[in-house]
This record gives sequence, structure tokens and C-alpha cells, in this order.
Amino acid sequence: MNKNVMIVGVGGQGSLLASKLLGHVVMQAGYDVKVSEVHGMSQRGGSVVTYVKYSDEKVWSPVINEGEADIIISFELLEAARWVSFLKEGGTLVVNNQEIAPMPVITGTAAYPEDIAGKLRSSGVNLKLVDALALALEAGSAKATNVVLMGAVANAMDFPEEMWQKAIDECVPQKFLELNRKAFALGRGRRA
Amino acid sequence: MKELLLGNDAVARGLYEAGVAIVSSYPGTPSTEITECAAKYPEIYAEWAPNEKVAMEVAIGSAIGGRRAFCGMKHVGLNVAADPLFTVSYSGINAGLVIGVADDPGMHSSQNEQDSRHYAASAKVPMLEPADSADACAFTKAAYEISEQFDTPVLLRMSTRISHSQSLVELSEREEQPLREYVKNPAKYVMMPAFAKAKHVVVEERTRRLTDFAETTSLNQIFWNDTKIGVIAAGSTYQYAREVLGDRASYLKLGMIHPLPVQLIRDFAAKVETLYVIEELDDVIETHCRKIGVNVIGKELFPWIGEFSQKLIEEKLFGPRKIPYAYPEAIPNRPPVLCAGCPHRGLFFVLHQLKVTVSGDIGCYTLGASAPLSAMDTTICMGASVSGLHGFNMARGGDSAAHSVAVIGDSTFIHSGITGLINIAYNQGTSTVIILDNSITGMTGHQQNPTTGYTLKGDPTAKVSLEKLCAAVGINRVRVVDPYNLAETRKAIEEELAVDEPSVIISRRPCALLKYVKHKAPLKIVTDNCRGCKACLRLGCPAISVIDGKAVIDNTQCVGCGLCADLCKFQAITAEEESK
Repeated sequence: MNKNVMIVGVGGQGSLLASKLLGHVVMQAGYDVKVSEVHGMSQRGGSVVTYVKYSDEKVWSPVINEGEADIIISFELLEAARWVSFLKEGGTLVVNNQEIAPMPVITGTAAYPEDIAGKLRSSGVNLKLVDALALALEAGSAKATNVVLMGAVANAMDFPEEMWQKAIDECVPQKFLELNRKAFALGRGRRA
Repeated sequence: MKELLLGNDAVARGLYEAGVAIVSSYPGTPSTEITECAAKYPEIYAEWAPNEKVAMEVAIGSAIGGRRAFCGMKHVGLNVAADPLFTVSYSGINAGLVIGVADDPGMHSSQNEQDSRHYAASAKVPMLEPADSADACAFTKAAYEISEQFDTPVLLRMSTRISHSQSLVELSEREEQPLREYVKNPAKYVMMPAFAKAKHVVVEERTRRLTDFAETTSLNQIFWNDTKIGVIAAGSTYQYAREVLGDRASYLKLGMIHPLPVQLIRDFAAKVETLYVIEELDDVIETHCRKIGVNVIGKELFPWIGEFSQKLIEEKLFGPRKIPYAYPEAIPNRPPVLCAGCPHRGLFFVLHQLKVTVSGDIGCYTLGASAPLSAMDTTICMGASVSGLHGFNMARGGDSAAHSVAVIGDSTFIHSGITGLINIAYNQGTSTVIILDNSITGMTGHQQNPTTGYTLKGDPTAKVSLEKLCAAVGINRVRVVDPYNLAETRKAIEEELAVDEPSVIISRRPCALLKYVKHKAPLKIVTDNCRGCKACLRLGCPAISVIDGKAVIDNTQCVGCGLCADLCKFQAITAEEESK
């Protein structure tokens, strides 16, 4: 069993915490795991990608290439379009229904594509659209968008709830614990 | 106990376990976290030095003084520190000395793609290259054993993918190292010609002994599977090859990449039918194989440029891969940009308006080169903005200095901008230098530096006064501006360009991402006032865009800096409290 999960988005959206949560869950389950991150210049509002790979055997390469991802979690619509070629046949794409204009769109040299979700669905992609920003605001802060999305992703994975809760306890600072627990539950589709 | 550790954190763990006492480094992606993580161990004294040369000299001094020492840097940092490296190779050490150098194949966050392995060969020092975090921890400890056994500094070569990937590491206890006796020994430590000549003989003999060591060390490992294909690889390329070929190939995984073994490679080559050398960047291993008479397939198949992947190796060996899903239309790029509220934005906006030539430097502010600000003409290396501008103006003469500026960050100025400024003052230049003082080393992720008043460990300390420093080297015109104030910034630049003597403008405002910087509420658009003129978009702020002919502010990004409101002629952008 090998699983490849990608977390993509815009630098500054909190994908590092998301990959940390998943890494902690996978560790608890006793798998071998590798997580590959982006630091430095590309973080500054650029397109960012994190790879999480786990296996009951050994994980070799820390990166995921085109056609290899079982799950892609996209924090933004355009980034979902950019990275969809990395999805494996029959893989799942979990997308935050939020648009963030990149600089070429802001300056008018390019247009933000219309109806990205529709076009992805017509390409045959198994798409799960999540209104993560709205749910994060409901939980108490836009900053919890990342954890809402991880709640949504948890539904597409087989790990028991207590592993996720333990990961949240380990990765989130005490004062944001309640916020993030609520955000995770809302992402899972549960109301308090 | 196993922990999931970043490659860089695993190096730091190796430093801790090896009983290292002193770490001195300069930040640089992808090496920075080694030193940040090492600083968290109370047993390790860790510091940020002003540049890599100072850092390496501190580490050399510590090693001679009898404590295991480390310095870390990115690949281009080793260019700065090359001077001490080549001679500490001759003198050797007392306690162990390891130099961590992180290459950046693919240039994720660098200005070139140089291959640091050449430094090991030319400085004649051993180099180890880990392939995951477990290796990173183990090889760091092995490097200290080699350093002390062979009386040599050891290079530990990391790369972006190894530095910034997490994998499992088995943790061990720290082994404290006693302070070694320091014995005065000029023939060993004073590298003047008479002594250095004798030491060069020792260095060549050491390389011969290290080559013997490379034949048998467990750092180099053979994994036998099917012998139709043999692969020689190191670091991340070993992982990619193993993922693609699995048991269909046998592998010689090189953990020690200088000096390279001879007999081990010949024996491996003799037992496989087709032998590939798979290495990113230059043909270091391949050239060695050919030199010892081993025929391999290398750079005729695999590229010289960029980062490798399992897909690249698969496609070079077996042809194109089928990709199941493709988005049906063009996707706009998303290049990195200056953050919303970045204090550099106001300065670059003014420079763009003034149409001056901008001699640039290395840092977040290099992003000022991107559209729509497009306010940078050159970027070469740390410090080159200041010295390069002087050369540019001397070459062009006339009123060139009245139409050009250098821009350099606070940390970069201390790193190597100050020497260029001394050169301008001393040699009667008239150039204008702008120091972008955002009170932190920004691009590498917020490291303290000598201008911030805090050490790496977070303790308050002496703070370099940029004003006094510039005055002390002979600059009579030094002034400070707030880059959020566009009119003031523009006036200052115009005035300093007009005078016939050198000047320094300090554009001072802390990085908007610093925790202590309080943000204002996001601004609001008064939709009725907005004419859709897009004047606000000329700032290149990621938080403002125009949708359906009206400006829109992204509340999750806007920090209320007010630059866009300043530019709007129709009072269409306002602070929240005013709009209520």
C-alpha cells in the first residue's frame, strides 16, 4: 500500500500546518512517511506544493510527479487547475472554493479562468468542492481555512477520528486549539 | 524513538548527538533551518554571523580551540567562505569541523545552480551527501569522526529536496565531547609559505588515505538486485532511481562523494550489464568513472540543468508517461510577489515612477524586479548592488549617478554591502544607496541580524546603527524615510540624486509579517466612487484586484497599509472606520 497526497495553494495559506497534521496522523498509524515542503522565495504569494507520501513498505522519492497523486488538496481554485495533471486515474481532488488572483491577472496580462470546478468535473475528475473560507469564518477565523480543508480530506481517508484529534493537539498551539477543533469538525461536515 | 524530521533538523540533531558545542552560520535557503534548529538545544552555542566567511572562521577558531564546531550556508555562501575553506584544508583541525552546504538544483530560491561538489575536489576535503533525514543525522555524526580521524574539515552536502523533506529518524543520546587541549603549533596553524608547503604534502597524502577509506566505509553501500541494470547515484537522485527501478536494478549508493572510491566502482561495474550514473547538475561522478576506465551512461541521457524526479528518470529510460487528467485551457502563472503591506512596495513604486536605473541585490526585495513595479536592472550576488552601482556610474560618467540607485536590505548590507559603501566614499563616488531596513532578514524566514538588536537565541544585544555606520565610513548625507509615505520617499530620492556627493537613504519600516507589527483593518472600496481606472493596481499588491470594472480588496490579505488609498484620486478606497 502506497498513498500519495498533495497539498497545493498560494504561499501564506497555511499548507505547512496541513501537511504537519497529516504527517502526524500517518506516523500514529505506523507507516513509513516522507513530507516535502517549499521554503524561501516561492513562499511569497507564489504557487506552493507540499507532498506527503506514506506506505506500509519503504517510501523512496519524497516528491510526487504527474499522474501519481491519490488525493490532491487545493487551497485555491486556480491551483487545483494547475496541479490536476498530478492526479492518479480515479484520484480525489478536494478544492477550497476560493479565488485568489495571481499577479498576471491583477496586472491584466492574463484572465482568471471561468468555471474551473465545472471544467474539472467535465474532465472526469472526482471533485469535492468545499466552502472552506466560510466554514473557517464560522469557526472563528479565516486563518483556520487550512484545518477546515483537512477535516474535509479526513472524510476521504481511512484514519480514525482520534488520530486526527491527537494530531491537532500536537500541532496546534494551545490558544488556537478550540478554534481548530471546531474548524476540523466543520470541514468534516459536523455542526457543534 | 523515531521522529519525523526535516533533513535540516536531522542535521541539527546529528550536531547535538555528536556533542557539537559551537555553530556559526549565515542564513540562506535551503540551509537556514539547520542552524535555527541547532539553536534550540541549550548544549549548543549557536549564532548568526554577518556573513559566511565570518561564520566559517568562527567555526575554524572553535575547532582549533578544541570544541567540535559547525557552520552552515547555501551553495553561493560557500563562494563567500571559500577563502578560509581552502586553507583550513591545509592546517587541519583540532576538534572536529563540519561545514554544511546546501545546493539548490532547480533554483527554487537562488540566483544560480552551482554544484558545490567541485569545492570538495578543489579544496581537497572530504564531502558526504545524505539521501534522507536518517542519513542526514547519521552522516553528520560520521563527518565528525572522519574530521578528527583524518585531521580535516568535512563538507556535508545537502540539497533543497533533502533539506526540506521530512522522513523518520531514530534518535540517540548526545555524546559530550571534552574540551581538547590546545597546543601552540605554528607549523600546523600558521599557514605562511614555509609551513604551507609542508602541509600541502600532508593534504595529498590525506586524500590518498581518504580514497582507501572510501573503498570500505559503510557510507557507500551496494544494494544487489537484478544485475541487468546498475545505477550509481547519491542523495535525492538515488531515491528517484530506486522508486522508478525498484528491484529491476542494482545500486551503488554513494554517501561519500569526495574522494570517490576506485575499486568499489570497478567491482560494481564489472557485475552489471548496463551502468548508469544518475546525478543532478554536473558530471562529477561520471567524470571520475571515465577517469578510472569505467564506461557509464550519464550526461548523454540525463540533463545538466534543473532538479531531477522519478518521472524524469522514468521518461529518459522508458519514454513518456501517460497523464490521466489535464485542465483544458491556459493557466495563468502565479509568481511569488511582495506580500500585502510589504514596506518595500512603496519604495519600488517610487523608483518605478522616477525611471531610475536600479542596481539590485539578494533578498525579498529582488521581487521588486517583477511586473508591475519592474524596478530593478541588475541582481548578481550579496552586496553587488552597492559596489556594482559605483562601477556602473564610473563607466558611464556624466550624470549617470543622478539617475541610478542601489537597493540593498539591512542584513545584506551588513553581509557585504558596507565594503562597497566604503569603496564609494573612499574613491570619491557620488552614487545613492538605499538601505531597505525592514528590521529582519526576511526572505529566509525572519532571522535576526546585527541591525535588529537580538541574537539568534533571542537575547537582546548590541545593535548596529546604520546611520552612524554610514556616517563613520565618510557618507555625509544619510537620511531616513518611511516607505509608506510615498511623497516623502520620492522627495528624499530626488534630492539625494541631485547632489554631487554620495548619499544613503534608509527606507525604514519593519516587515509586515513580523509578529509584533500591528496591522490595521482591511481597507474598503467605496464602490460608487470607483471609476475602474486601475491606478491602484500599479502597486502590484496581491490584496487588490479589479473585478467587473471595480476594485476589490481581499480581506484575508489586506493589512491596511494605505498605499492604494494614497494613489486613488477618487476617494474610492477608505479605512473601515471611516466608511461606517
